[in-house]
Amino acid sequence: MMTEHTFGATVADSATPTLADDPGLFSPAPGAAPMWRMVAAQARMELRVMLRHGEQFLLTMVIPVLLLVGFSLVNVLDVGEGPRVDALTPGILALAIMSTSFTGLAIGTGFERRYGVLKRLGATPLSRFGLLAAKTLAVLAVQSIQITLLGVVALLLGWEPALSPAGVIAALALVLLATAAFSSLALLMAGTLRAEATLAGANLVYVLMLGLGGVLFPTSSFPAPMEQAVSVLPITALASGLREVLAHGALPSVGTFLILGVWTVVCGLLASRLFRWE
Amino acid sequence: MDTAALEVVDLVKRYGSTTAVTGLSFTARPGAVTALLGPNGAGKTSTIEICEGFRRADGGSVRVLGLDPIGDATALKPRVGVMPQSGGVPTGARAAEWLRLMASFHASPIEPDLLLERLGLTSAGRTPFRRLSGGQQQRLSLACAVVGRPEIVFLDEPTAGLDPQARMATWDLVTALRTAGVAVILTTHHMEEAERLSDHVVIIDHGAVVAEGAPDELTGRRRDVRFSTDAPIDADALRAALPEGGTVATVTAGGRYEHTVTAEDPESPGPEFLAVVAAWCASAGVLAEDLRVRRRTLEDVFLETTGRELRD
Repeated sequence: MMTEHTFGATVADSATPTLADDPGLFSPAPGAAPMWRMVAAQARMELRVMLRHGEQFLLTMVIPVLLLVGFSLVNVLDVGEGPRVDALTPGILALAIMSTSFTGLAIGTGFERRYGVLKRLGATPLSRFGLLAAKTLAVLAVQSIQITLLGVVALLLGWEPALSPAGVIAALALVLLATAAFSSLALLMAGTLRAEATLAGANLVYVLMLGLGGVLFPTSSFPAPMEQAVSVLPITALASGLREVLAHGALPSVGTFLILGVWTVVCGLLASRLFRWE
Repeated sequence: MDTAALEVVDLVKRYGSTTAVTGLSFTARPGAVTALLGPNGAGKTSTIEICEGFRRADGGSVRVLGLDPIGDATALKPRVGVMPQSGGVPTGARAAEWLRLMASFHASPIEPDLLLERLGLTSAGRTPFRRLSGGQQQRLSLACAVVGRPEIVFLDEPTAGLDPQARMATWDLVTALRTAGVAVILTTHHMEEAERLSDHVVIIDHGAVVAEGAPDELTGRRRDVRFSTDAPIDADALRAALPEGGTVATVTAGGRYEHTVTAEDPESPGPEFLAVVAAWCASAGVLAEDLRVRRRTLEDVFLETTGRELRD
């Protein structure tokens, strides 16, 4: 029986070809690949690293599914009127979106900056715009997986979303705008704070937004001043907007889009000015 | 025929009130290895990072392949390979997939699997970066610098912390790059590395060039006579005994006295010069241990030009 070879080879042994056997190997032939190919390759890499990362997988997939299943089946929380799964699913979807576009992105980018990955990528033909595009694509890909997974689990639990063509378009627009807002905030933190501070801060914000942001229950159950205070949070805007569409069959208010738009513009501007690549 | 691959003229870099690079100039040719040699904090990394476009110069100019590292970055990046001092790879990325990613940024890269094989990294291909040994991490980083078939590569301390085998593998790769016509610029504080590997050595200290040339130009044909004693000697008397003048320098190490005697014409301490030193020792009743005629090494040049005090 063969045993697996687990040591890294130290140097090529005499049986394998060495550098001297192929003098033309390093003959210069420089040139950049087409932009789309660079972005696609980088996006695949980002996606693989995100999905492979244990804690991120817990945060983006396991926790949302557990919350959805647990609070749908067990009657311990006042989630609002109607069937429990109908009331819970929009908020859990909002949480999942935030876990990827804010928490995961902030922590991942913070450590990439710390380990000199962003700096190193800056020396490749991949432009900063290309890197941002790749990160965006990877975030959207993970979110597609999350939405599919949570949608299937919710349907199995008896979810009956109120779906209309206009509602679906509005919900998608909300998700995209919220992704932009969360990503801007994530990059602002990752590009200005130390990696450990970003790690702690991003997890703290995740927990706070989970508790305060109308994820598990509508914020209307809060006292009025508190309800008003949390209504300007991006997670509250996304969760209440999705609840309007998916639970009530209504369209989200203009104010919802406005809140997410303001977060995007403010954090985006700050991040573009303050982001330090190393 | 020799157009410079890299031209650094009067480069200045300041960080706040400290000046890291103070009017540094040198050039590097294609198909040649240029070593920037200097103690820690001499300004080597600052210089190389300005050439790579990571930092902006506060004065002077840098032309890489005739282009400006920041202004012409888009045109330059595909043509330049960079190996940072450490890191640069996500801890969770696997060695082979990261090299493939780097290759995919280039129009006609070296086949990544072939490069891994030539660098002895094939068996580490599926290992995440954080679980690679230090030597494997360094070689992966080196592979990433060359996979795009660049015309010029900057290697910042490519062999720092490597075991002897891994260092030899790196030297082989640098030699192969040189043969292929690539301009290699590396920083090091290994004298032996600079002496064996490079065509041109630039010794940097306090942000400026203190000596430069081919390794044997720098060491010259200079020889000196050395011996050690267990008690101090009368250096003035020895100097007076030398035929045409010369110098006697003594350092103490481990309770012993190491003497270096240099002739007036440092290139020709002939047989009679050695005889004079030996004769003086005999007449003074000094037992000269380890008496020898020694060629100057790059280390001697380095210590002469950068001084002996410790840096942090």
